[in-house]
Amino acid sequence: MIIAEKKPIEEIIGYIDDCEKLLILGCNECVTVCEAGGKKEVGVLASALRMYFLNQGREVKIDEITLERQCDHEYLEEIRDVADQYDAIVSLACGVGVQFLAEKYHSQRVYPGVNTCFLGATEERGRWTERCQACGTCILAYTGGICPIARCAKRLLNGPCGGSSNGKCEINPELDCAWQLIIDRLKALGRLEDYEKLLEIKDWSTDRAGGPRKVVREDIQI
Amino acid sequence: MSDTARSRLHRMLLEGHLAVTSECGPPRGSDAESIKKKAEMIKDYVDAVNITDNQTSVTRLCSMAACIHLKLMGVEPVLQMVTRDRNRIAIQSDILGAASFDIPNMLCLSGDHQSFGDCPQGQNVHDIDSMQLIQTVRLMRDEGKFLGGAEINRPPNMFVGAAANPFADPFEIRVPRLAKKVAAGAEFIQTQCIYNLDKFEEWMKGVCDRGLHEKVYILAGVTPFKSAGMAKFMKNRVPGMDVPDEVVKRMADTPKEKQPEEGINICIESIERLKTIKGVSGFHIMAIEWEQKVPEIVERAELYPRPKID
Repeated sequence: MIIAEKKPIEEIIGYIDDCEKLLILGCNECVTVCEAGGKKEVGVLASALRMYFLNQGREVKIDEITLERQCDHEYLEEIRDVADQYDAIVSLACGVGVQFLAEKYHSQRVYPGVNTCFLGATEERGRWTERCQACGTCILAYTGGICPIARCAKRLLNGPCGGSSNGKCEINPELDCAWQLIIDRLKALGRLEDYEKLLEIKDWSTDRAGGPRKVVREDIQI
Repeated sequence: MSDTARSRLHRMLLEGHLAVTSECGPPRGSDAESIKKKAEMIKDYVDAVNITDNQTSVTRLCSMAACIHLKLMGVEPVLQMVTRDRNRIAIQSDILGAASFDIPNMLCLSGDHQSFGDCPQGQNVHDIDSMQLIQTVRLMRDEGKFLGGAEINRPPNMFVGAAANPFADPFEIRVPRLAKKVAAGAEFIQTQCIYNLDKFEEWMKGVCDRGLHEKVYILAGVTPFKSAGMAKFMKNRVPGMDVPDEVVKRMADTPKEKQPEEGINICIESIERLKTIKGVSGFHIMAIEWEQKVPEIVERAELYPRPKID
């Protein structure tokens, strides 16, 4: 899923300090799971902002809505009738949701309330780690199911570098060396000899390098 | 191993001499005098001089320009190139640029992570990795082709090297990793600084058991300690460095004013032992900001005078 992190409230206040009517818009998908932008976080942010404005002696109306998703037309339509009643909308969705919202409500001020971080997994509650960089050409079949692009600081296809130490990466002693993980897994699979296969120079054209990407499935288009 | 010498360093190895290389870091400014001065100090004591490429990710005068300065003063350079800062277009372009000045040796590296340097907020590129850089320069040289398939007019003719760290983890793939670099096309290897000679010997045994020493020239890396503080720093703070406790203790037990001399002694003793290890083809002396000591090390290690090979 997409992992996001709450923005500091001071930054959000900087965007909306001139507003008198605000909508805080949550999303019930990934940002709910990573506890950055679901219904609960919408409530927390709205309360904090109310407190801030109260201390300023200002009356600002702050509404809370959480949509099923912000990356789908049909759910974003649910606020069609109310969207223009606000001076601004703070979206707690990922960057995709914020942009889709802004596209749909073209003349409405829309601000991000979270920093979108990466594609990752919940290792335990309160701890999420990166697993995928959506490069568009999956190589997991060759690397024991562990991605060196997402998990090696130098995204080495033929690692590890000389900075692998006791299973950790040289840039951070808490970070696993992806290549140590790959080698351990190849060993567990009884396929350590695969380590010596040279991975070819990668086609990055399906990555960010190829420009904004799209997937089109004509067979399912209506 | 090919028998047409592409460089003085290559010829030295082909003729069976123990090669000696050293390295110089370019300055953090545009005055090339400092690097010329360093090269002048060591030029009669080494066969070639590596020029580092923004080592430790600290921005410096570029390796290529520094190599040209050396070349113009008659010192043979080894162009170090990292994949951190260039995509495949820039890499191929820089290889051609170096070839246009007939820079005859190149060392292919991935480069330290930028978080250690002066631009920790910068991007890294790593479009290709160090093994793929070896493959790239070999393709350009041997087949006269760009990665895109087009032919190169006057292909580069470099002697191609890579680094190896026998001490990094996991140890079990350190020999296979060398085999991979050899398969990618590395013709010479310069190793990480060696302080743990037992472990190095174990690695070299694995290298020789697979016959890799007959496919690639291995230059053993050594770095003299200037002080006990440096030994401790290398042991504790430099990733992938293996400094045994007894070496640190030996430095620490030496009075401060005698420590530089003791550091040189350790270095020379290491070279003496490395000479006895099967598969070692020479030495890479990295006297970090201490280039003036290279002549003494080379002389005392009985590697001077350098063989005449014209």
